[in-house]
Formats: sequence, structure tokens, C-alpha cells
Amino acid sequence: MNDTLEVTDLRVTFRGGLVAADGVSLRVAPEETLAVVGESGSGKTTVARCVVGLQRPDSGTLTFDGQPLGPVGRRPPELQRAIQMVFQDPRSSLNPRMPVADLIGEAWRTHPAAAPPGDRTEALHRLLADVGLDADVTGRRAGDLSGGQCQRVSIARALAVGPRLLVCDEAVSALDVSVQAQILRLLVDLRRTHRLALLFITHDLGVVHQIADRVAVMRGGAVVEEGPAGEVLGAPRHEYTQALLDAALDLGVDE
Amino acid sequence: MSQAAVLPQQVATRRWRSGALARVPYAVIALYVLVALIGPLVIDYDPVRTPLPDRLLAPGSRIASGEIAWLGTDALGRDILAQIVYGARTSLGIGLATVLVACVVGVTIGVVAGYSRGRLDAVLARITDVLQAFPAILLAIVIAGVFARSVPVVVLSLSVTAWISFARVTRGVALSLRERAWVDAARVMGVPVRSIIVRHVVPFTVGPVVALATLEFALVVLAEAGLSFLGIGLPTGAVSWGQTIANGQQYLETAWWISTLPGIALSLLIINIGILGDQLTARHGQRRPRS
Repeated sequence: MNDTLEVTDLRVTFRGGLVAADGVSLRVAPEETLAVVGESGSGKTTVARCVVGLQRPDSGTLTFDGQPLGPVGRRPPELQRAIQMVFQDPRSSLNPRMPVADLIGEAWRTHPAAAPPGDRTEALHRLLADVGLDADVTGRRAGDLSGGQCQRVSIARALAVGPRLLVCDEAVSALDVSVQAQILRLLVDLRRTHRLALLFITHDLGVVHQIADRVAVMRGGAVVEEGPAGEVLGAPRHEYTQALLDAALDLGVDE
Repeated sequence: MSQAAVLPQQVATRRWRSGALARVPYAVIALYVLVALIGPLVIDYDPVRTPLPDRLLAPGSRIASGEIAWLGTDALGRDILAQIVYGARTSLGIGLATVLVACVVGVTIGVVAGYSRGRLDAVLARITDVLQAFPAILLAIVIAGVFARSVPVVVLSLSVTAWISFARVTRGVALSLRERAWVDAARVMGVPVRSIIVRHVVPFTVGPVVALATLEFALVVLAEAGLSFLGIGLPTGAVSWGQTIANGQQYLETAWWISTLPGIALSLLIINIGILGDQLTARHGQRRPRS
């Protein structure tokens, strides 16, 4: 039960009748990486937004560590800290008017329990070093940073409050291939050093095998196949997974 | 060949000219502000002092005390130049106060409504509809007419409709901003709603709001002159362009300067603020949503 995310029978219907999640059940164990894959419109982002509390499900239960997950504003501070998110667009996930130091500072001000004791500048530099950034970015704003740097700042901001589960919603999709690889490697490292569980949402099967322990394949708001990454990617049982894999191969995943 | 040699120069001239032209409104408005601030310190004027021997003197005439009334005098012998200078202070002061009140009220309501959507937003939409059914000046006339003439009443009666534009513009900005990832990121972090609005939404409304404020300022100055012209604006002790223009009405044929000169002062200010407002609006890309 400890630090486990349980999603049971999650249903979300948007105004207008679009069914984004149709009875989704998922489980992410501590320090495990679950990749949720599927084409756009398959409901994977909706699941992620429900987990972090940005989207309210119509029915179904979400629990973390046995505690129910409501809308993010109603969660107790420890639960808010425990689940953090990295967004798709690295640039717009940072307020363009705030320098990096303020962005991280806001996280610590919101959760004083997570704030480092003593010298915050020192702690800030250490945190930035953890995500592979130099100390000289502290005064810069999103506009002065590259996409990869922005995403590193986003990750640092999430790590600042000591999360147990990091939800990455297409976190590398908007980046160049070379930067993508760097950020993926960073996430793999951080997962180990910070003992994180990852809920990794992506449409790109090419990155899944680099990071995932288990894979859940979504289509039309439902999970059609789930299992260990090697099995699902190596010997897919569902034809949709096979089709996704074929499409990925066509695009040259094996290059 | 010669064409190629001339062209860049022409372009440069044109650019310089348009650059200089674009700065004209700033210069004119600065001049008004200067006059409003310093003028009353240099020129003495008492609206109650009415030297009747000096009445209806044409611009440039010498008054009884030996001084020259550069812009003439009105039917009670009061100096027109002094009235324009003191009127500038009144107009700018009332304009500033009204825009400030309207801006604070409008931005607060607009941002909160746009960010939270829901019931508050629906209520705001209905209030806007109702208030838009009245011409703004009519509503101002009703309110100003009901209460005794005073500066706060004028500011209030003009703010009653002016805040709506601010609310609408900021609501639109807030509506689009709440979908931005940095707002989501702050929500996931657990940042309190008030801090999200103050830190992650309001700073991005400044451009459109400033552009709108200049346009509203022009409208307010004009409306204040209108109220004073109708005799329901400022108390008689205050000097207002609208009052001076009204005073000169009956003398338009014999003493044109009483109404015309303050009218020109008013028009020049309105036109320049309007141009400045358009420039700012163009730069910040937020057209004023009209119904």
C-alpha cells in the first residue's frame, strides 16, 4: 500500500459528450515506472490530469498511499507535495516573467516543510546541479533558456518539494531528439537517486523501452493492454498495440 | 543606380518622420500634465472674483490692472487662459481618479471572473449586458443629477460604467491564461488561488489594461466636461472646461473665444490621448471587445 498510486474504474466525460476515460484502472508501485501510451485522444493526458488533481473525474477512485486524491486544492499539503507533474510544453510551463530562482522559491514558499533548512541559495544551486543546470541560470527567465533547460527547471521545481510520484505528461515530446535523450537519461537517473515512481505519458513508443518498467496501452479512453515493458513491446497481445508498434517501426524507431 | 542610392535615404526619412510623429501624443500629453501641475502655481485665478469692467475682452486685450489677457476674458471678466490652465488640472485629476477606480474594480472583478469562471462569471456577464443597455453618459447624468455636485460624485458616476471595459478585457486575458501550463503547474504545486491570480495571471494583463486605460481616460475627460457643461458636474467653485464652454454659449457670436478656446484645449487632449491609446492597443494586440 505504501506510496502506491491506485486508479480504479476512472471515468471522465467532457461537456459535449466526449468520453476521455472509460473505466481506466492503473496501479503504480513505489519506484516503478509505468508508461501510458496511446495515440492522441486516447485519454492518457486526462488520466494524468486526474492523478494530479487538475481534472475532476465523474466517477472512479484515485488513491495514493491509501489516501483519496481529490482536486489538487483540497489535498493536504503532504499529498500535494507527493505527486508532482512535468508538462509537455517546456517553455509555457514556466511563468515567463519569473526568474528561475523565484520559480523554485515559490515551491518552497508554498510548502515550507519541503524548504531546505539554512541557506536557500546553496540549496538552490544543489537542486539545479541535480538536474544538470549551472548556477548561473538562477536569474534567467524562460525566454532566455532553451527548451531542454526549461524542462530541467520544471523537473527541478517538481523535485524541490520532494515528490514520491512524478507524472510526466509528454514531457519529452516537444524536444529535439538529442535533447529528448538527455532528459530521458536525467529522468532515469533521478528516479534512482530520488527514489521516484514515474507515471510516464507518451505517444512515442520509441522512448517507452528506454524508461518503462511496465506499459499500459490506451485507446478510446480504455486500457487495452497492460504488462511488463518487455512483454508488451516484444510480444503484444492486442492488435492495437501491434498497430502502434508497426507505426513506430515505420517511423524508424530501430534506427 | 541613382534610385538605389536615394531609396534608403527616403526610407530613413520616412522612418524618422513616423517615429517623430508617433511621439507627438506623448509630447502633447506631457505638456498638459506640466500645465496642470505647474500652471496654477504661476497663474492666479479665483472663480469668485469677477472684475466686471474687464468683461468680454478679446484675446490680447489689456485689462484694468494693466496686465494682458492673452486669451481674452469671459462675461464676468474672468481670464480665459487661467480657466484653461485650472481646467486642465481638474480634467486630468478627475480622469486619473476615475480611471484608477474603474481599473482597480474592473481588473479585480475581471480577473477573478475569468479565472474562476462559474457563477461569478455568469453574474458579471449579465451585469455587463444590463449596463450596456444604457448609454454610459446617460447613467452618469442620472447618478450625478441625483446627488449634490461634488468631485467624488462625478468620479463615482463616471466609474459606474467605465469599469466594465476593464473587467471584460481582463476577463478575456484571464480566461486564456488559466489554460496556460504555468498556471496548471502552480495549481499542481498547491499554490493558493490568490497567489496564482496575483503572480501568474495579473502581470500579463498589464499591457492591454494600460492601453485600455488611456482610451478610457479620454472618454472620462470628455464625459466630465459634458456633465459640467450640463451643470450637474463639478460644483461651481471648481474650474472645468465644460463649465467655461457652457458659460460662453450665449456669446458665441460676439465673444467666440470663451467657448472655443477651452473647446480646442479639450479636443487636442482627447485626440492625442486617443492616438496614444490606439498605439498602445496596436502594440499589445488586445482589441477592445465590443459586445
